[in-house]
Amino acid sequence: MAKLTGGLRSVVGWFEVRTGLAEALTPAVTHSVPRRTASWWYVFGSATLALFALQIATGICLALVYVPAADQAYQSLQYLNDQAAFGWYLRALHFWGSNGMVLVMTLHMLQVFLFGAYKYPRELTWIAGVLLFLCTLGMAFTGQILRWDQDAYWGLGIGASIAARAPVVGSTLVHVLLGGPIIAGRTLSRFFALHVFVIPGILIALTGLHLWLVLRLGVNEWPMPGRVVDRETYRKRYEDEVHRDGVPFFPVAARKDMVGMAAVVLAVLTCAAIFGPNGPHGVPDPTVTDASPRPDFYFLSLFALLALLPPWTETVILLVGMPLTIALLLALPLFAGTGEKSWRRRPVAVLSVVLIVLVVTTLAALGVMSPWSPVMDAGTALATPVPYVQGRAPLELQGALVVQNKQCRNCHSLDGEGGRRGPALDGVATRLTRDQLIRQVLQGGGNMPAYGKNLAPAEVNALVAFLETLHPPNQPPVRAPVTPRPVAHQN
Amino acid sequence: MCANHDSPPSPPSRRGFLFTLGLALSAAAATLAGIPIIGSIFGPVRGRAGQAWIKLGAVGSFPAGQTRLATYENPFRVAWDGPTAKIACWVRRIGDDQFQVFAINCAHLGCPVRWFPQSRLFMCPCHGGAYYEDGSRASGPPPRGLFEYEYQIREGQLWVRGGQLPTLAGPV
Repeated sequence: MAKLTGGLRSVVGWFEVRTGLAEALTPAVTHSVPRRTASWWYVFGSATLALFALQIATGICLALVYVPAADQAYQSLQYLNDQAAFGWYLRALHFWGSNGMVLVMTLHMLQVFLFGAYKYPRELTWIAGVLLFLCTLGMAFTGQILRWDQDAYWGLGIGASIAARAPVVGSTLVHVLLGGPIIAGRTLSRFFALHVFVIPGILIALTGLHLWLVLRLGVNEWPMPGRVVDRETYRKRYEDEVHRDGVPFFPVAARKDMVGMAAVVLAVLTCAAIFGPNGPHGVPDPTVTDASPRPDFYFLSLFALLALLPPWTETVILLVGMPLTIALLLALPLFAGTGEKSWRRRPVAVLSVVLIVLVVTTLAALGVMSPWSPVMDAGTALATPVPYVQGRAPLELQGALVVQNKQCRNCHSLDGEGGRRGPALDGVATRLTRDQLIRQVLQGGGNMPAYGKNLAPAEVNALVAFLETLHPPNQPPVRAPVTPRPVAHQN
Repeated sequence: MCANHDSPPSPPSRRGFLFTLGLALSAAAATLAGIPIIGSIFGPVRGRAGQAWIKLGAVGSFPAGQTRLATYENPFRVAWDGPTAKIACWVRRIGDDQFQVFAINCAHLGCPVRWFPQSRLFMCPCHGGAYYEDGSRASGPPPRGLFEYEYQIREGQLWVRGGQLPTLAGPV
């Protein structure tokens, strides 16, 4: 045994004499960090790095099989799913790894923001981090395109339609993005190059810069209320603290980092094993018109926003609001680079985080439900519930047929089934009088198309007769108020 | 100015010349290498030139008063386009020689709109845009009606001018 370790030592020594790597890296690994930063709150950065490494490794393995050509990409994904050794699991790992990376990176960003770590002298670390976040979202979008299914095809359509809204350069942007006049083979090649060469290159370079800055400037100390960052005194105070009460990064802080890194990788391994890969969902054939494209979860909030914004604000928010948000994130340390670090003394920061998290998660949840999307097959797939036709007069039954045949339930639900674009029809008779029902059907309004040209008078008559029956048994239909006759004045 | 610095400029040395030459050559090499690189990235920008007349089918295959799905092959297809070489559009025949040919892409964000002959509406599955049978906006977020192809009837065949992804920046 002693002989073996002796042998190992001599091999290591042989390399060390030639490379000097241990001598160069030891100070970086064992440098002192403030004692309280050896905390579970500080593990998200290294956890993100672990997932990035996993993404690179699984990505390379996928590239061994994946064919980045529009006519074969889909089949190669099916081959990965069904036949290639570990192909199914690798696709699952890459998908869940990307979800995990976006999630853990977001946690890292929120922690860094709440701990004031972006303040002097770590402004550039934050800026590099924001760029890393944007690149990761870029990887998420381009990766979704490489899945080359219906969602990818129409996702590109959405991306191109957003780009097209840019004034003057809109058309140029669309062509550069798609690699041609329309979504086709050259588009996939472009996104493959972006996903596999361009963005990963930038990511690796920025990660290097980010880590170098963390090493050079030291891990952000645990923020204490009242300990204000001042450009004159900060660095000396930080060095004093590390000198007085520091612990070596390795192994004291690194222990928790290692646990964190292993935990996220294990979580991804587990999710991948249980839930498997995502798609591919349907051949990217644009002549198949029953597609209902949905983005992956990272873009669900944007997807929801684009459905819910008043139409006239969309272009402004896309072209001005989003770049402004990114600029604001990048510039944050430049205008808030000093002062309090502790979240206890930064109510605006805490409220912003709460607000942003609430808005993004609410929008994403709405994106999952997408109540604004018509249920495209309601006219054929959903039967009129039996209680709604029992005991109805023939004319009312005719009306129920109109509801069914004219796809009313694409947007209106009956008994909880159907679209949610418009109000549920249960109880509609308690809200609208007969005249109001007729007017609404004929003229539309309030986001409802006008059906005046598409319904015969007899159909309208039957439809309204049916709608008038839609009220709870204990609540009568609403009647038009009887307006009292004006009293004639007699002079 | 300090007197010491007033000495005449030193004559151009061999090293100085080499350094300048190195800089100039590198700049020239980078510029020359940049031309094909930038050129290939922006190569696909061809503006409105990228359009062609495409045959959709015999006029007789589109019954008057109806709206039907028609498909065609992208005129600028490459051999490896696979299923994405196909493109769909909605053809509405109003009268004998009167047509409307709509792009399948919603004017909002490009999702595929579907025709419902019973309610005579186009509906979009993404954000709920709806259009009347003449392509005009009925409800939802679209900022305009459906994109319409230019069409021609030649020798009993319906032709449309297309080949571009219809967007707000370049309708059809």
